[in-house]
Order: sequence, then C-alpha cells, then structure tokens
Amino acid sequence: MIARPRIEGGSSAAFWTVFAAPALWIVAFFVIPLSVIWAYSFGHTEGLTEVAVTGTLGNYARLSDPVYLWIFGKSLLFAGATTAICLLIGFPYALVMTFAAPRGKVLLLLAIMLPFWTNLLVRTYALMAVMRSEGWINQGLGLIGLGPFEMLHTNFAVVVGLVYVHLPFIVLPLFSTLDRLDRSLIEASLDLGAGHLTTIFRVVIPLVWPGVLSALLLCFIPALGSYLTPDLLGGPDSQMIASVIERQFKRANDWPFGAALSFVLMYLTLAAMAWRALTERRAAARVAA
Amino acid sequence: MSRDRAGPLDYARRWPLRLWVGAVMLFLYLPLASLVLFSFDASRRTIRWEGFTFDWYVRLAGDQALITAFVNSLTIAAMTTLVSVVLGAMAALALWRFRFPLRGAFDGAITLPIVVPEICMGVAMLVFFGTIAPWPRDLAWPFDLGAITIAHITFSFPFVTVVVRARLASFNRELEEAARDLGAGELRALRDVVLPHLRPALIAGALLAFTLSLDDFVITFFTAGPNTVTFPVKIYSMVRFSVTPEVNAASSVLMAITIILTLLGMKLQGTDMAGK
Amino acid sequence: MLIRIENVTKRFGSFVAVDNASLEIAEGEFFALLGPSGCGKTTLLRMLAGLEVPSEGRILIDGVDMAGTPPNRRPVNMVFQSYAVFPHLSVADNVAYGLVIDKVPRAERDARVAEALALVKLGSFAQRRPDQLSGGQRQRVALARALVKRPRVLLLDEPLSALDAKLRDAMRSELAAIQREVGVTFVMVTHDQDEALALASRCALMNSGRLVQIASPGELYESPASRFVADFIGSINLFAGSWQIDASDRRRIISPALPIPIATEAGANPPSGTTIWAGVRPEKIRIVPADAPPADSNSAAGTIVGSAYLGAVTLCDVRTAEGTMIKLSVPNTTPLAAKELAIGRPVRLAWDAAAVVVLTE
Repeated sequence: MIARPRIEGGSSAAFWTVFAAPALWIVAFFVIPLSVIWAYSFGHTEGLTEVAVTGTLGNYARLSDPVYLWIFGKSLLFAGATTAICLLIGFPYALVMTFAAPRGKVLLLLAIMLPFWTNLLVRTYALMAVMRSEGWINQGLGLIGLGPFEMLHTNFAVVVGLVYVHLPFIVLPLFSTLDRLDRSLIEASLDLGAGHLTTIFRVVIPLVWPGVLSALLLCFIPALGSYLTPDLLGGPDSQMIASVIERQFKRANDWPFGAALSFVLMYLTLAAMAWRALTERRAAARVAA
Repeated sequence: MSRDRAGPLDYARRWPLRLWVGAVMLFLYLPLASLVLFSFDASRRTIRWEGFTFDWYVRLAGDQALITAFVNSLTIAAMTTLVSVVLGAMAALALWRFRFPLRGAFDGAITLPIVVPEICMGVAMLVFFGTIAPWPRDLAWPFDLGAITIAHITFSFPFVTVVVRARLASFNRELEEAARDLGAGELRALRDVVLPHLRPALIAGALLAFTLSLDDFVITFFTAGPNTVTFPVKIYSMVRFSVTPEVNAASSVLMAITIILTLLGMKLQGTDMAGK
Repeated sequence: MLIRIENVTKRFGSFVAVDNASLEIAEGEFFALLGPSGCGKTTLLRMLAGLEVPSEGRILIDGVDMAGTPPNRRPVNMVFQSYAVFPHLSVADNVAYGLVIDKVPRAERDARVAEALALVKLGSFAQRRPDQLSGGQRQRVALARALVKRPRVLLLDEPLSALDAKLRDAMRSELAAIQREVGVTFVMVTHDQDEALALASRCALMNSGRLVQIASPGELYESPASRFVADFIGSINLFAGSWQIDASDRRRIISPALPIPIATEAGANPPSGTTIWAGVRPEKIRIVPADAPPADSNSAAGTIVGSAYLGAVTLCDVRTAEGTMIKLSVPNTTPLAAKELAIGRPVRLAWDAAAVVVLTE
C-alpha cells in the first residue's frame, strides 16, 4: 500500500489550484537554473559554450589561487567594514526611532526607507557626483583651502558606497528588535542604580543580540555579493567577487569557474539563513516566559 | 504652555542623538538632492550653478534610444506585475491554509529569491536562457522581452507573497467559516471572503513588484540580449561611458517614479510597518 | 516626614494626569495609592521613582528635592507591574544586579543576596532562570532584587493584580509580614480596594488626577469625605435630603426617598436646609421583626426584590413603597438563614444613628 500524502486544511482541488502554478514556476525558473549553475561548478568548458559536468572540484580549488584568495579576502573585508560602520551609524538611529513618539517613528521610518527604494544605480551615481574631483565634498574642502582629493575610484569610495546603500538594511531589523524589548526592563535597570550606558551594555544588548545578529547578516551577505557599487565607484584594485563572476560569464567565458564562485556566495547565504533561524528559535524559547 | 519635560527614557529628545539622526539624514539625502538639483543646472561639466533650465529633460524626451529603453522597462514591469501578483497571492494562500508534505521546502524555495545575492540569480538566468532553454532570438516586440520578464517575475513574486502573508495573518477565519456555513464551496469562499480582505495587500504587492522590476539592474544586465535595453541598463551605459547631465535628468525621473509608487504602496498597506 | 509631594502636576500634552497633588508619607508606613484606572496613581508612583518628571511642583525624599535626580541615584526602588525580571540572568544574578552596579564586594554581595532570597522564600531557586519560574515566583525575585539594595522607599505597582485569588491572599499576608520585618516604607499602587484596606496603614484615594481623601482604611470606610469615596470603597446606600436641626438639637435629614427622617450623630454642622446625602453601609442595616414597635427615625419597610447568595453573606435588594432601592448585607449566621430571604418577602429595616454618614458633596 502506498500511503497518499496528507494535505490538511482544505480540499485537494483547492490546494492544487493555489499551489500548482507558483510551485511549477519556482522549480522551473529558479531551482532548476540554480541547480544547473551548481552542476556547472563541478565541470569544465568544452568548446565554445558546452560545459561537461565531470564532478571535478577543480573550480573550487582555484579559489586557493592567491589572486582569487586576495579578491575574496578583500570582499570579506569590504563587507565586514561596511557592516560594522552601518551598525555604528544605524544603532543610535534605531534607538531614536524606538523611543520616538508614534508620528516621529513613522517619519523616521519613511526617511530611512525612501533612499532604499530609490534605484541602486541612481544612488550610486549620486554618490559619484558628490565625490568627484569637482563634486560637493571637494568644492567644500576647497573653500577651506584643502584638497581636491581623488576620492572616486578608490577603496574608500567603495566602502562609502556600500555603507550608503546598505544602511537601511541594518536600521529596519535593528528597530524591529529594539521595539520588541520590554521597556520596563530598562526602567528596572535604571531603578536599580545603573546609568544609561551601563543599561545598554548590561541589559539591552544581551537581550537584542539575536536580532542584531540577524540585522548584521542581512547587511553582510548582500554587501558581499555587491556588483554595481564596486564597479562604478571602485578603481582597478577594488574588485569584489561579483566583478570576477561577471568577467567569467561575459568575457573570460569560463562558466564553471564563475559558477563555483557564485555558489560560494550561495553557500554563505544559506549558512547565514540557517544560523539565523537557529539563533532565533533558541532566543525565542529563552525570552518567552 | 510649557512643554513636557523629558523623562529618563526619552532618548528621542536628547540632543546628541538628534544630531546623529540629522547627520544620517544629511548623508543619505544630500547626494540625491544634489542630483535632482543639478538636473536643472544649465552648466555642462562643473557643478557651478549656471542657470535654471529644463533643457536636459527636453533632451531626454527627444532621445530615441532612451525612450525605447523606458518603454521596454514599463512593458516588462507591467507584465511582471500582473503575473507576480497572481503567483504571489497563490503561494501565500497555499502556505497560509494548507499543511502538506514538503511545505518547509516550498516555504524556503519561495524565500530564497529574496535573500540570494542578485549576481547569483543573474548568472543563473544567463545560463538558463543562454543554453538550457534558449529564448528564441529576433522575436517581435514585446516577446523579445520574455526572458527578462520571466526573470523579473521570479524574483518579484516572493515579495508579493511576503506582503500577502502579512495581511492574511490578520484575517478572521470565522468570516470564511460563515461563508461555508451559508453554502459557499471552498474556492467560492476564498474568492468571496478572503480576496476582498486581501485587496490592500494585493495593491501594495503590485506596486512593490512594479518598482522592483522597473529598478532592477543586475539581473536584467545578465539576462538581456544585446538588443533589449531597459531604462536602468541604458542609464548604466550612460554613466559608464558618457556622463552628460542628461543622466541627472533620467535618474531624477526614475527616482520620482519610484518614490511616488512606493509612497502609494505604503499608504495602502497602512503605516504599520514595524512588524517585519 | 520621609516623602513630601508638594503641588505636583503632570501633564502629557494637554492631558492632565496628576493635578496639583500634595501629600506626605512617614517613615515605616505602608502607604497605598488607590483609585480607578486612569486616575493618575501610577503616574504619581513613577514620579517618585524618577521615571517621569513632574511638570510642576516638587518631590522631596528625606528633605532633599529630587528635581534633576535621575532614577538610578534615588534612594528608591520599584517592583514593576510586569516584574521586569531580566530574562537573560539567573535568579541570583537578577537579585545581585543592583549590588554589582554599586560595586559591593563579592563576599558581602553573596551574603546579602542569600538573605534577600531567604526573605522571599526563594532560597533554593538561586540558579534557576526566569523562564523556569511561575508568575508569583518571578514577583518574589523582583521584590528581593529591590529590597536587597536597602532602599529608603519601596514602590510597588499593582503587586497583586496579576495573581489568581488564592495566590493573592497568600501574597498579601507575605507582603505585610515582609514590610513589618524589614521596616522599609512601602508605597503601593492598586485599584483593588480590598488590597489597600488590608495592607495599608494609610491610603490616598485619587480620581481624575486629584487626591480626594487621604486617611487610614478605617476612616476612609467609616468617614468618607465625599460620595465618590463612599461609593468607591465598598458599597453604600445614599439618600439625598435636606438637613434639619430641630428644637431639641436633634440632627436629621429629611429625604423624599424615605417616609421617616434619618437621624445621625455625625459631627458635621451645615446650615439648616442644605442639601445633604445620608449614607448607610449595607452591613449596618438589619431586618427588624414585624411586630417590633414603629420607630420615628432610621427605619424603612419594603419587599425583597433580589438576593445574591455569596456563601458568607447574602446581599439583598429591598424596594420600598416609595420605589427606593436599599441594599443590605445579611450574614448567614445559620445554614438556613439565606432561605428566609426569599424574593417577595416583606421586611422591615432599621439602622443606628451612629451608622449614618453625612456627606455634603
């Protein structure tokens, strides 16, 4: 006897009506293409566009090549620096948002989200205009007799650009976590003699830590896979992983290697998601009393 | 009348924090504001203000290549929105209502396009439409935009699912049960009772999908053939190769559309966005 | 006086939460702030703690003006309504928190924590985590945590409201015992009058931001200052009428609600003819045998129209011929007493002049 799969919650007909189309779509146009890339990462090129999947780990091994290792490391550094700076800038903003009056909350939320919804290209281009040799910053510095500094096409510009783009990614989850914190815990800490900074370090941070971790991951991973920002704002030595991947697919025609690099990003993304789910579940069990 | 004096927890009223918030605002908005400002500047290269002009917008309107790109973007966005809303709502309903084997896998698969780095998706689409299921070349418009549209739908509809699921969480199950009790079949009840409740979410989701599609660069860049150019891709080539002030104007237009649509979408979803 | 609250007002925008409140609390008192929801009692308590800042007026503790003193530097500690026990610390660490902040040396700290936990009977729970405790246990942790710092004043925000009935009774006695043992001044906020009457040595009744009466529980109950007080604390029968002092200096209230005047021994002395409310508590009214001689005051007759059996007492509603409703509470001194209070039975009621309260507002 083959057991039929149980569908609970309604009739089969209703279920298949709503489930079939999205399921088929996601499999056909997402799971399959990504699986192909994954398969390619274990293959090598044969002819112009043919790729033979041979199960080789050669493509992954190439990552140990100092050139690629260097780029990968630099990407991690860029993403890490971006995340740290975003956290530093974003935490006080999220704090103000949490304790603002309802109207202020909405305004602050809007203010941080609006740039996020603006086109990435537009935002990056705007930064270019500001940082150019004839841009705002240099003009301003010129007024006090400094510069002009060559800010564009440097590592510095890339980090500034990444921070600019990813700041909202951090503020929103930070606000969400801080908002859920029981205010009376802060009041209790103050009441027991702790000052504000002590309270933040001894009570607030330990309790919002899982949420903060979540926010950090939501900033780090996209920053790591960033393509446009380093491309427009960076110099020849500011390449990140995404640029290398693009080259493999568009110019160097080394799809298997490009696939392997893409999947390293994927593995990191999946690992981060899994870790996040794990810590969230553990933290929820601890605090829900 | 004297203002309320700030209590110990009124962090939002302390001036160092307010200064910080102000600085963040400046950081975020100065570049964007200057972009818009200089789309009206008559001077070509430098940023010294040389007079107010609509010239660049006029040039924009006359730039055939740009117009084509814009029309392409709008078409793709429209088709994407239509299909994304349907698929997204279906997926949300399936996850909300039913318990079935592999539910977790489905949930995860739907969430992945949101978290996956864009370059991974772009590359996957490139290979897919390049070798696995090659999109026929030299199709008449709008079918030549098919590959890009499919790609856009794939990364858009999960966002719609998120929005619709949030709205479903506030649905009172008893309404549906009442409809069933009065004789409506299952699908009928869904249509008559659940769908109306979902209306704001569907509209918000549609605006979201439209914006995402209109703004997308990375995935489109990888999926597009040499002859199909969208608005962001065109702007990119303008930025990379010929920086004329027209780019300012084009960017400002794109920014304005996005902002208006987003504000509309947020309004429809209500201002309660704290539950993420 | 340990605590002096002088003309304190607190506004939130245009809403006045506390309106010109003045009060004094002596050292060692168990003081209750009582009132309906929204009357401002919690706001007043929070101003004592330093968690809200008065819009006007000042608060002095031990003679020192607390303006500008933040909550962490006041000799005051609070037990919050939600207990606010830190979920990420063990019970012992929670209790030790304030001592760690004060940099109390390890040995002394451990001793004091153990002492505090023993006081609240949680000695063996030191290493447990808050999510392993019941609501009542968490409250005791909060209590220990506040008391271990030996504050001059302990503030309690609705301490018993979240507990179920049995636990509430037990906790009530424990709180009283702890206060007696430790001798610290307790200031408690509650909307439950039973709690306030049972625990407090003095109560302040508040309504819409104003202090209505400050007195001991006995005084509040037997000598309420206004109809609001009389009605908020327990229940009372009120009869509106006009005041009359007759030739032999007998004080009476002539009320259209009752055919016979109400005589009182109360000390009040308003001018003759003033509108007065006479109040008589339900437990002070007794049923008089039908064959007793008619009285010339403090009496009424009617029919029982409703009766609620509460186990220890039966609450009866009696309607007089004039249509006035009188509530009385009859103790069920014998098992069959309640049965005699059947609906429809005619009764005669009487009460003493000493039980009549005179209210001018």
